[in-house]
Formats: sequence, C-alpha cells, structure tokens
Amino acid sequence: MTQTANSQDPALVLQGVRKGFHSGGRDVVALDDVSASVKRGIVTGLIGPDAAGKTTLMRLVAGLLLPDQGEITALGLDVRRKPLEVQSSLGYMPQRFGLYEDLTVQENLDLYADLQNLPPSERKERYEQLMKLTGLAPFTDRLAGALSGGMKQKLGLACSLVRPKDLLLLDEPTVGVDPLSRRELWEIVYNLVEHQGMTVLLSTAYLDEAERCQEVILMHMGKLLDHGKPQKFTKTMQGRSFMVTAPEMNKRQLQRQLNQAPPVLDALILGEGVRVVTKEAQEPTPAELGGQDGDLSIEAVPPRFEDSFVAMLRELGQEVTTPSQPGERRCAEACDGPVIEVENLKRRFGDFMAVDGISFVVEHGEVLGLLGANGAGKSTTFRMLCGLLPPSEGRLHVAGHNLRKAAAKARQSIGYMAQRFSLYANLSVVENLRFFARVYGLNIARRKERVQWALEEFELAELANATSGQLPLGYKQRLALAAALMHEPEILFLDEPTSGVDPLARREFWRRINALAESGVTVLVTTHFMEEAEYCDRVVIMDRGKVLAEGTPEEIKKARRTEDDPSPTLEDAFIALIEHNKQMLEKEQAA
Amino acid sequence: MRRGMPGWRRLKGLIRKESYQIIRDPSSIAIAFVLPAVLLFIFGYGVSLDAKNVPLALVVEQPSPATASLTGDFQDSQWFEPKHFNDIHAAQEALRHRKVMGILWLRSNFTRELFSGGPAPIGLFLNGVDGNTARIVAGYVQGVWGKWLVRYAQSQGREVILPVNVEQRIWFNPEVRSTNFLVPGLIAVIMTLIGALLTSMVVAREWERGTMEALLVTPVRLREILLGKLIPYFVLGMGGQILSVAMAVWLFEVPLRGSLWVLMGVSALFLLAALGMGLLISTVAHNQFVAGQLAIFTTFLPAFILSGFIFDIGSMPGWVQAITHVIAARYFVQVLQSVFLAGDVWPVILVNSVALVIMTAVFMGLVRLRSRKRLE
Repeated sequence: MTQTANSQDPALVLQGVRKGFHSGGRDVVALDDVSASVKRGIVTGLIGPDAAGKTTLMRLVAGLLLPDQGEITALGLDVRRKPLEVQSSLGYMPQRFGLYEDLTVQENLDLYADLQNLPPSERKERYEQLMKLTGLAPFTDRLAGALSGGMKQKLGLACSLVRPKDLLLLDEPTVGVDPLSRRELWEIVYNLVEHQGMTVLLSTAYLDEAERCQEVILMHMGKLLDHGKPQKFTKTMQGRSFMVTAPEMNKRQLQRQLNQAPPVLDALILGEGVRVVTKEAQEPTPAELGGQDGDLSIEAVPPRFEDSFVAMLRELGQEVTTPSQPGERRCAEACDGPVIEVENLKRRFGDFMAVDGISFVVEHGEVLGLLGANGAGKSTTFRMLCGLLPPSEGRLHVAGHNLRKAAAKARQSIGYMAQRFSLYANLSVVENLRFFARVYGLNIARRKERVQWALEEFELAELANATSGQLPLGYKQRLALAAALMHEPEILFLDEPTSGVDPLARREFWRRINALAESGVTVLVTTHFMEEAEYCDRVVIMDRGKVLAEGTPEEIKKARRTEDDPSPTLEDAFIALIEHNKQMLEKEQAA
Repeated sequence: MRRGMPGWRRLKGLIRKESYQIIRDPSSIAIAFVLPAVLLFIFGYGVSLDAKNVPLALVVEQPSPATASLTGDFQDSQWFEPKHFNDIHAAQEALRHRKVMGILWLRSNFTRELFSGGPAPIGLFLNGVDGNTARIVAGYVQGVWGKWLVRYAQSQGREVILPVNVEQRIWFNPEVRSTNFLVPGLIAVIMTLIGALLTSMVVAREWERGTMEALLVTPVRLREILLGKLIPYFVLGMGGQILSVAMAVWLFEVPLRGSLWVLMGVSALFLLAALGMGLLISTVAHNQFVAGQLAIFTTFLPAFILSGFIFDIGSMPGWVQAITHVIAARYFVQVLQSVFLAGDVWPVILVNSVALVIMTAVFMGLVRLRSRKRLE
C-alpha cells in the first residue's frame, strides 16, 4: 500500500463535482458543482433532507459511481484512477447495511474479513475488539435477519470495519433506528474517532444530529449550502430564538398567531410553548407578536442548528405554504368523549407477546404520539387500531365501533398514511386522488368535490397531471395526506410521516395536521423523531409490548428532571425511561 | 506482489457465503432438484407423443370379404380405434368436430381396383392441425395397409405389385417410445433453467437487498465476484444433472448407449453456457422479478421450443431454423439424444461441443465486458 499522503492533508477533497442521472425520461442533477474537504480525525456530518445528494456523494467517494465532472481525492488517492486502492483503505456502510440476512453474525463477519483481506492470524483479536465495541458478542450465532434494527446497524458497522480503516463512510446509519440505538451508534463513532484516529463522514437527514458532528457539510437539492463547524451555523442565529408562552391560549392557536406576526421567521410548538425564530436579531415585543394585555411571555433561548437551515432555505426563497384556517368542527353532536379506547390490548405471535396488555384513551381532536424503540410493539398496535390485525385479547373501540366485530365499519372513519406514502407512482396526481376517492366509496358528485378540494387545499392544481412518482418528496407527502383525507375521516393515522423531508415541508405538514386537529379530527402518530413528538398533545411511550409512560411531552420531561440535568429533552427522557425499564427487567431475571 | 493469496481467500469466502445461502434458502434447492424431478415426471409419465388408440373413421361403401378383412386388421391394431360410418359426408362431419382424427375411405370400386395395378383404391383424410401426429398416423395407416395387402394377396394366391414397397424399420428407438427422446431433451431444458434462471435471480437478489453495494466497495475484484457465483451454481447444476440422468436411466428406463463421461463432459460445457446467459441477464436486470421474466423469455422458452427437444427443427420454416443456431440448448439436445439413443457418435459430439464452446466464450466475454465494479 502506498500511503504517501501527509497526515495534515484533508482525508477527502471534492472539487467541482457534478453528477447527473437519467431517470424516467428526465435528466436529474444529483450533485451540482460541489467542492468540499473533510478533515482528518474528526466526525464530519453530511446533512440534508432526502434528495439533497448525500448518497450520491458517498457513492462517488467509494468509487461506486463516476463523477460527470470534477475530481475526488480520498486519502490522497484519485478515486477515478485507483478505486481498488481507495476501497481497501476506506470502510463504507450503505443505507441498508449490506448484511446477508440468511448468514449468522459470525458468518457475515468472516465473509467481510475474507473480502477485506484480514489475515486469519489477526482475526481473533479484531473480532474481540469489534464485539466489545458493538456489544454483539452474545449474538454471534444468530442469523443477521433475526437481529433488531439497531443491532443490524451495529453489525453493518462491524463488517465495514472488520479491518481497521482510515476513513469511514456511513450513509444514513440512523434512519429508521430508535433514539436509544442512535445514541449508542454515536458513542461507537466517537470511540473510533478518539481512540483510533479514524475520519468519519456520516450522512443524516436528522438535523438535530448536526450538533453532534465536529464539522458539518449542509446540502440541499444537490447543492452545497455551507460548510463549517456547527457552532458557525448557530452563531449566525444568535439572539433570534425565543420561547413564547401564553398560559391562557391553546398552543396551536398561539403557533398560528405567531406565524402570521411580521417579525417571525419560524414558529414551532415545543412542549408547553412555541419556539420562535425572528427575522432580525432583536427581541420582539408582545405587541409585535399580536399579544394583548400581557398574555404573552417571551424568553430568549439558545439557537439550534435547524434554525439556521430554516433561515437559509427561506433566504433561498422557499416559502412555507400556509393551509387555510381550520374547517368547522366536524362532530356536531359528540365532540367530547373518547374516540379511541384501548383496554388491556394484547397480541401474541406464537410464544412472543408483541403487545402485552396496553391501555390508553384518545379524545376528539387530540394529537397522540406513539413512541418506542424498535420492536416495542408500536407497529403491531397501529395495525390493530386500523383493523388490519385482529387482537388476541382486550377491548378496542375506534370511532364508536368495536374493532373485533365491525372492523370494516370502523375503517370507514379512519384515514391512514403509510410510512413510504402508498401512492401509485405511475399514476398522475389527480388519478391517484380519484382512485382513493373511489376506493372509499364516494359517489360521483362527492368525488368531484373532494378531488377539487384536495387540489386547491394542498396546492396541487398546477401539478394535477404530473406523474406522482416524479414529484419532490414534500409534494408526495402532501398528495399522500390528501389521499388519506378523501373520505373526511374522523381519525387519521400517520406512520413516520415526515422522515426525510426538509424542515420547511415538515413545518407545512404539521400546520395542516394542526388545522385538522382543531377541526376535530383525531390524529395518531408514530415516530422516531423526538422533535415531532413535541408537536403532539400527549405521547404514549412503549417498550417490549407495554406502556412505560403516558402524558404531555412536558410531563414526560418533568418526570426525568434531576439536579444534574435540570432541563432534559424529550429524547433524554425517552432514553432514560427505556434504559430504566431494561435494568428493571434484568434485575427481575437475575432474581 | 502476493496477489494470489488474498484473492484466493476472497473467492473462498464468497463461495462459502453462497453455499450457506443455497443450503438455507429452500427456493434454490427447489429449482435445482425439485423442479427437474417434477418436469421429468410430467414429461416421463404425463406427456406422450405416441399415437395410440387413434379414433379413425372407416367408410366402406360396398362391403365385401376384402373390406371386412382390411377393417378387421385396423380393428386389431393397437394404434387405432376404428369407428364405422356409412357415407363419407357423415365421416367428414365427425372429422370436422374432431370426433375422429382421420378417415379411411374404401370406395365402391375398392374390391375391383384392388389388384388392377392402378392407383391405390383407398383414400385417407387426416386432421392436419397437429402436423406431427398426422404424420405419425399416416405412417401407421400405410403400415397396416401394406401388411394387409401382402397377406391378402398371398391368401388369394396372387402376386402383388405395390407402387412403393413399405417396409418399416425404426432405428434408435425401436419401441417408438416418446419418453426415450423426450427425457434426454428435457435434461437440456432443466439445465437451462438451473443455469440461467437461478444465477440471474441470485445476483438480482444481491442488488435488491443492497448487499451488492457493500460487496463492490470491498477490495474484491470483479472476476472474483463472477467466479464466486459461477462455481457454486456450477456444482449445484451438475447435481441437478446427475439427478436427471439417474432418473432417466433408472426410472424411465431410457437406454444410455454412449458413455457417461462424454455425457457429463458435454453437460458441464452446456452448463457453463447457461450460467453465462444467467450472468449476462443479471448485468441488465437488478431485481428478481425482471431477472426471472427475462430468464424465462430469453433462455427457458427458446430452449423448450426451438431446441428440437419436442419440435423437430428440420420441419420448421427456414428463418426459424436459422434462429435455432443461436439457442445453446439446440446443440446440447442433439448430443444428449445421440449419446442416449445411438451411442458416442463423435462427429455429432464434436461439432456440437465446438458450438457450445463458442457460445460459452461469447456469453462470458459479454458478461466481463458489461460488468463494472460500479453501480451504473
């Protein structure tokens, strides 16, 4: 191996890199004139929403794609000319981890050790190190396919590092992985950087992870927006973030009011109040924010990475489209009382209790978040609530129907938006809407009316005849929500609704959800994204088929408040709960 | 440079991985062993191209001892199931409705013309929709007719002068069992299936599951990835081949007149060509559904229809015959049928083997040319 590169040189240099693809009869530019460099021995985050060009960039560096223009130098080697040399000195974990699911943990490791030319004499020691790092030692004989999402991710990491590497590329390692596993992954990554001097380039669509990186490359729609330390990004936002609370007011109404106030760039629900980012670095007065008689209290808070990204996108001219005001209350007679009642609900798969006696109630117009680690039983619960899976035991009432007896009737009042937006990719926007309207059994007149409503309300009229598979992610999300609302359901189920969409699209999506909730629609959300959980009225935290905690986000956070940590985030509280439960169970088993 | 060592270790790793997957995934075992067994059962027992008990209309316009003797012979023949009609129109109606396969028409002047030396006094109509069967039936009718004529003439003490003296002798397959030529031909189809379908699908599976991306980014060489697929599926394919030959010889009692070694050697050659086709498909198709469809339409169906395994290439139109030259199974079927039924006929074996070597080289060359250690 010729390693002539100086340790002071950057690990990775991109110069004027451009890469386009031809897909669906159109030319798409995935990367447009990107130049950047990655320093040695630190964690650099490649941050941006889906379609930013993160994966393309990773694949170019790994020599899996050739750039149309520009130069890429990795560890001092030209990737175009010496792909094999580059590949033997970098580790790369693709998005789906690249594991063979019908091979055991050990067999996967052996395969990658063979492929990476790790001499047999060094294997025992290296395997021990990796097992210690990832905590996979007790599972070496288990098939990779039988591992949980978090463990697969760790095994994927171990496989790409089976031979020590100078540069590690991780492509969205934290997507679809619960906060606990995410935190563990970050610990492993920092361990590698600090103790082995590795250089890590990690891509993610979660903006809150930017603050965990030592440097950040921020990308959007194939373009590099900015590059630097995360503090550099937050510094520009100094003095522009405030927490606004109004005890007398519903927080959703407050958010709407603040969004319309002239000095406000961005307003987001956080716990009991609304977090505001202003256009100028100046504290707004209550009057400027539309307050009356001192009902608003304003408090300066430290800026976050996401604030700067939102500000940048707004400067680029992107607007958050505001949906119309909430419609009139749907439920004329009985707007009070529970819409969903779950009592001692159980679901068994063979010997395994996926859901083990959970109970909760959701009121009209409430937004409830269902949170939990991978394998906590969230999806099973969700499927039972939608009437897709019969419960083994327990009582389950949705919109006044007993789901065990009248699942079909209950389904008429449910709208469901699946994680990857179940749309027909080769139908146009309007064809998708018509199809869903017909599936829900609307008559011709209603169908016309609802399709028209959807096109206007979701601002899809201009794109009515566009093929939905080729829409940008944010528009796909709008269309999926519109399709789920064709029959004006009383209850809306959202499964990981905003994973991967850019922050502006996420804000817009939540404004719509809030407007729906205010008009009396009950909303149930599952998410791994703790930010999103903050927008909910109440959250239910599940682990191993049981409910661990229930309450408003603020109550959950309060319960975890300690002297060391006076203001825990919802994520801290969540992780503490799950870890506490794990310890309790281990004690029980030991006893 | 000690390139040999790690390269060999990488290849061994890939082969070991593939073997685990084959053992743990029942679908590849099913394609390699269960499917051949099922196909052999269907073709060995279920499908028969022999014409037996063919419904044949007999129209006798003026009965006489001669016609009675002739129809008696048809009655006794195992090939026919005669049905009697009084006039030709009713018989033609039955032919049109497929109640009978053909009509034997003995006109009123049959007895008179019998020994006149003029044209044969019988008429034969056949349903030509299934040309193969029609030809076989025509042959059988001539056979029965010829035999009867000789016997009848002798019994009448007369010399018979036939326009053509029909004397049947069937070579290579004297029992005229269709099984004997179907089963060897079928082995070619089965090998195509194992080679092309299985290989293209397992490569597509790696693309689908994202493991190919992880493989490509390791220091592995492209030839190692290709060999890592070729070697395990070559072994699996030869296993399927041994099973098929064993079933052919012991279960279906197809005679193996040539040597087993020649058979295995040419099979190995053909299997390489089929694996080459599979790998070539996998360079285009990156998901299992498309790979499966492509493999069936470009390799399995042509092997079935155009290899001469069921349908005789000699009776196809010229341009179709030309197409069959690019179907690798065509060469293998010829070798199989001659090694099984005739023995080691070296001119046949050599010519077809050369063709297979050329095809294998072309496929493998194209695979190497089209594969990149990249995602596009």
